[in-house]
Parts: sequence; C-alpha cells; structure tokens
Amino acid sequence: MSYNWNWGIFVSTTPTGDTTYLGWMLSGLQTTIALSLSAWIIALAIGSIMGVLRTVPSRWLSGIAAVYVEAFRNIPLLVQLFIWYFVLPELLPAALGNSFKQMNPTAQQFLSSMVCLGFFTGARVCEQVRAGINSLPPGQKNAGLALGFTLPQTYRHVLVPMAFRLIVPPLTSEFLNIFKNSAVCSTIGLLELAAQGRQLVDYTAQPYESFIAVTVMYVGINVIVMTLMRKVERRSRVPGYIGGK
Amino acid sequence: MHDFDWSSIPGALPFLWDGMKISLEITALAIVAGIVWGTLLALMRLSRFRALSWFAAGYVNLFRSVPLVMVLLWFFLIVPQLLEILLGLAPGTDARLPSAMVGFALFESAYYSEIIRAGIQSVPKGQIAAAHALGMSYGQAMRLVVLPQAFRNMVPLLLTQAIILFQDTSLVYVSALADFFGAAYKVGDRDGRLVELLLFAGAVYFVLCYSASLLARRYQKRAGA
Repeated sequence: MSYNWNWGIFVSTTPTGDTTYLGWMLSGLQTTIALSLSAWIIALAIGSIMGVLRTVPSRWLSGIAAVYVEAFRNIPLLVQLFIWYFVLPELLPAALGNSFKQMNPTAQQFLSSMVCLGFFTGARVCEQVRAGINSLPPGQKNAGLALGFTLPQTYRHVLVPMAFRLIVPPLTSEFLNIFKNSAVCSTIGLLELAAQGRQLVDYTAQPYESFIAVTVMYVGINVIVMTLMRKVERRSRVPGYIGGK
Repeated sequence: MHDFDWSSIPGALPFLWDGMKISLEITALAIVAGIVWGTLLALMRLSRFRALSWFAAGYVNLFRSVPLVMVLLWFFLIVPQLLEILLGLAPGTDARLPSAMVGFALFESAYYSEIIRAGIQSVPKGQIAAAHALGMSYGQAMRLVVLPQAFRNMVPLLLTQAIILFQDTSLVYVSALADFFGAAYKVGDRDGRLVELLLFAGAVYFVLCYSASLLARRYQKRAGA
C-alpha cells in the first residue's frame, strides 16, 4: 500500500487562510466539549426529576416517567436528532418555529444537538437514579417519614443524596457516552470533532492523519473524564457499603 | 402548524423494506460475530497469559473509548483498500455494506466481551473446582460447565445489547448506505415529506425495539422465578 504520510498537514494553513488545520481540529474539540457538557447538565436535571418520579407512589407520575424513558430508549439517537432538528420546528407554533429557523445555522445545529443529547441521556440517567433510589433499604424512607418529614422532604434530604452517592460509577459511564454520542451530531452539519475530521479529509486527502488525530482526541477525552470521575467516586463513596471506605 | 400528508409512504414501502433488510442483516451478522469474537476476547481477558489479557483489555478499551461514528468512518476508509489488496477488487467498487458489517462486528464484540466477561465471573468458583475435581481440563470446564451457565444468566443483557445494536445500525447513514433509516430519509427528501417520513421511521423503530425489550424483560422474569 503506497500512502504518503504527511503529518505536517496540521500546521499548514487552511484555504480560508485564518487558521491551520490543527486550529480546525481544536475548534471541533471545543464544540464537542461545550456540547457534551451543556447536554450533560440537561440530562442530569431531567434524569433526576424523572428518576424520582419513577419511584413515587403515584401511578400517574411514575407512568409519565416510564413513557419518557421507553420513548427515548427505543428510538435510535440519530432518528431523535433528525426529529429535533427537522421535524420539531415544523410542528411548533409558526412564530416559535420561524424564530428558530431565523437563527444562524450553527446555533440551530448546536441547540438541537444539545437538547437531543440531553433528553436522550436523561432517559438513561433516569434509570440509574431509579435504580439508586430502589437500592436503598426501605428503612431509610420510613425513618424519614417517621421523623416527620413530608414525602418530598424525605426525597430531598434522605433518598436523593444517598442515591446519587451510590450511582456515581454508572453515571460516569453515561458521562463518557455523552461525549461519544456527540459525534452523531456531525450528521446534521454541526462542526464538532468528528465532522472536522471528515472536513479535513475532504480538503487535504490525508484521511489517516486526520482520523488518527480525531481518534487520539476522543481517547484523550475519555482518559481525562475517567481520571476526574475516579476522584469524584473516591470522595462520594458511602462508608459501610461494598466499595466504600 | 404543519399539514401532514402521509401519502408518500405506502408507495415507498418496498424500498423501505429493502432498507430494513439491510439493517437486519447488519444487526444479525454483528450479533453472531460479536458473540463469537466477544467470547474469545472475554476468555483472553481472563486468561493467565499476560500477553493475551493485555491484548484483550487494549482492544476492548480502545473500541469503547471511540465513538461508533468514528469507528465506522475508519472502516469505510480501510476495508475497501484491504479488499482491493486481498481480493483484487477494482478500485471504486461499492464496499460500503461489507465495511459496515466488519465495523459493527468488531465494534460490538468489544461490548459483548464485557457482558460475557461479567457473565463468566458471575458463575460460582466452586463450579470450576468441581469440574477440575471430576478430571476435566480448563477447556472442558469452560465449554461444558462455565460458559453454558454464564450464557443462561446473560440472555437478557445480550438481548438488550442486540436492541442497542439494531438502533445503532442507523448510523451507517454516514456512508449514505440505504438502511431503513437511510431509505426513509431519502424518500422524505425526494418527496419533500421529511417530517412524515422521519416520524414514521421513529415509530417503526419504537415498535420494534419496545416489543423486543418487553420480550427481554419477560425472559428475565421467567429466568428469575
């Protein structure tokens, strides 16, 4: 196989002239990180609320949360993304839909991607939160109620804080997934890391260098997140549990 | 508000079905290859030989830290060139389907191997000791005693992974291969009915995956009882 390796490509200037190809890569990396972090905030918020609702003794509320989880877990991420990006603006009231369509394209793509990844990952976070709450001994809830807490207070002060400390490890893997899943957003034209990699191939015809660089960056994100989360895990462990101190 | 017009779907059904067949083919092949190669990887990972367990750990960790989209792009780049060299195919031959299949099979086996490793480790140690006491070799103990029990425990997880895999096949969209989703998108784009076709595709995926997940849950309950 004859292939001309040319790693110098990364320091040469792009046709637009204002940056190097490495600059493209880094701006993609930035978008990937910004997108993943903002989507993660949405996912944690929705996931916590829905996870709590799945365990409350009200058929209606737990039913709503169950429908949310099943819908977002049984439709492929790519289809969800296209529905957020192409379908939803058409179904919204005309004024709202039009104001979305008048935003600049990058903002449209980013917004759809963020909300899509947030809701998609939220369904997974929800299941982890539910599992965490259900794994607590029933005595904890009863003790909270016996102390005169209302049910919401019991959740707020007893169950949810405990559950979150127990589910840090599975949440870590969801957090890693959100970075990987963000690559799907290249399909609607968002210039995140994977998309920059493909764009580089189109411009330079050096696919191996470009893909290797992108792959290394994803592995790097992975290593950094895992190191950080291991610290969080160590600090949040509950004494007395397996894996605790 | 949008005026719905579903009329382009009935005529497109044969085309969509062709796409569905591609999705299912990729899924089936990746499940079979993923379980076979995943089992080997899991055994290597648990092996006493350092080199084998390091290789398996490296393989699994690498594939699990790279997005599927990136893995697919890699395979759409490499497989056609390999086929050219190995089979002497003319350059420019459409190798997207085999590329997708190889990519999914190798990618999924990393995930399957983790499920299978956990399954093997969930079998009580006494089982291996008992097999050894009966005079079985390591290979016999694995094949006749440990793996059958491990797989029984793993069925729900393997099914869940298969559902995820089926959903992930939609990502062959990056190569413009007309799987079910790609076909739906093409029809919608052609007829200017993207809204209807995307909602239809979502509904089909939902019905299929939700029924499969109910099945997995039922199996789990029965096995647990």
